[in-house]
Amino acid sequence: MELLSFGKTGWGDELLIATMMTIAVSITAMFIGFLFALIFTPLKLSKSKFLNLIGNCYTTVIRGVPELLVIYLLFFGGSGAVMYVASIFGYNEYIEINAFITGSFAIGIISGAYSTEVFRGAIQSIDKGQFEASKVLGLKKPIHFFKVIMPQMLRLAIPNLSNVWQITLKDTSLISVTGLVEIMRQSYIAAGSTRDPLFFYSFAAVLYLMLTYFSMKLINKLEVRYSRGY
Amino acid sequence: MDFELMINSLPKLLNASFITLKLLTASLILGLFIGLFFAILRLNKIPIINKFAYVYSYVFRGTPLLVQIFIIYFGLGQIEYLRSTALWVILKEPYWCAIIAFSLNTGAYTSEILRSAFQTIKPGMIEAGQSLGISSKIIFYKIQIPIAIRQSLPAYGNEIILMMKGTSLASTVTLMDLTGVAKYIISTTFKPIEVFIVAGGIYLFMTFIIHNVIKFLEKKYSF
Repeated sequence: MELLSFGKTGWGDELLIATMMTIAVSITAMFIGFLFALIFTPLKLSKSKFLNLIGNCYTTVIRGVPELLVIYLLFFGGSGAVMYVASIFGYNEYIEINAFITGSFAIGIISGAYSTEVFRGAIQSIDKGQFEASKVLGLKKPIHFFKVIMPQMLRLAIPNLSNVWQITLKDTSLISVTGLVEIMRQSYIAAGSTRDPLFFYSFAAVLYLMLTYFSMKLINKLEVRYSRGY
Repeated sequence: MDFELMINSLPKLLNASFITLKLLTASLILGLFIGLFFAILRLNKIPIINKFAYVYSYVFRGTPLLVQIFIIYFGLGQIEYLRSTALWVILKEPYWCAIIAFSLNTGAYTSEILRSAFQTIKPGMIEAGQSLGISSKIIFYKIQIPIAIRQSLPAYGNEIILMMKGTSLASTVTLMDLTGVAKYIISTTFKPIEVFIVAGGIYLFMTFIIHNVIKFLEKKYSF
């Protein structure tokens, strides 16, 4: 137990900070994923075959390729890509992107593909009459989307989004390979310096279990909130 | 674009994908047995037995696969007692550790898939078997299992694809599978995009095949 104490001799405070980091990366990644979903869901639902193809390519490729490979692509290729874009604007210095941004972006791309599928499914299962009714009432586009479609879509999407959240949370363990100090990386460091991998990895498992357990509780509350009218 | 590198790395990556496939088939077969075993435990009426199965699937589905591999590969070696037993021959090999971790993981997901499949079987079918005087063993093997397999095919197909992606984690315990070799080529040539296209293409091809095989089976066994 003294291994988990706070201060210089124990790993308690380090692991606590690492847990915060995992939560921060998961939330950031989830939001980046929502941004991707916001772009790709309309593409997948659009009537144009070409736009459909782009949307389908994104979800198929990301969901068919291992997460680790996507992370390596961004980890090794990310700063090169940013430097290339910067050089177009006349900036030629070396740019290093920090591990938090690369990591959340990589996980965000992955979680975005799952979110896109969830939103697409949710919008498609909204009753057609709702779209027609808001058109007949002459509602403006933003009001139609935010006041009519969005609330109904969220109700249908939340149960599946909770799955996406679980996947995202667990995927953050993979960005430990890029050196970002989250639960997995911190356990690796602690296991290495104390020669007690069994204890630290088991403790990491417990931390992840606690995170998934409490986030499920929270999401269940949200679910109740958004299905008030039903 | 460095097409030469793409062509040169293709045979290496294809070679490595055999290890990926070996890991996948071994863990799917073991995982299916583990899954079936725990699904049956889950349906047991004795609370301790079904709670045990529930905790197993909850723990393995609630923690990342990476943690599970690390506990088995790095963690178990720490127990002195294990080192002296015959099990150590298996547990010191990263290959077997990966297979054990993958099968336990996919077993947890499979048990959930099979459990829900068993629960959706209409009681009328079992009752029909009973009224014909068929023994409960034969009802289980000849009625419940075939129906459950058909019910769980779509979900199991997804699980196979998820597991295929999961095998990429074997590269973290020094195994040179498809992702491991891809990472090695990337880190020696610093050409991530080219290697990603080739390796990702191989993964997508495997996904495509699995997807179509499952679709074919679904059609064949639909009723």
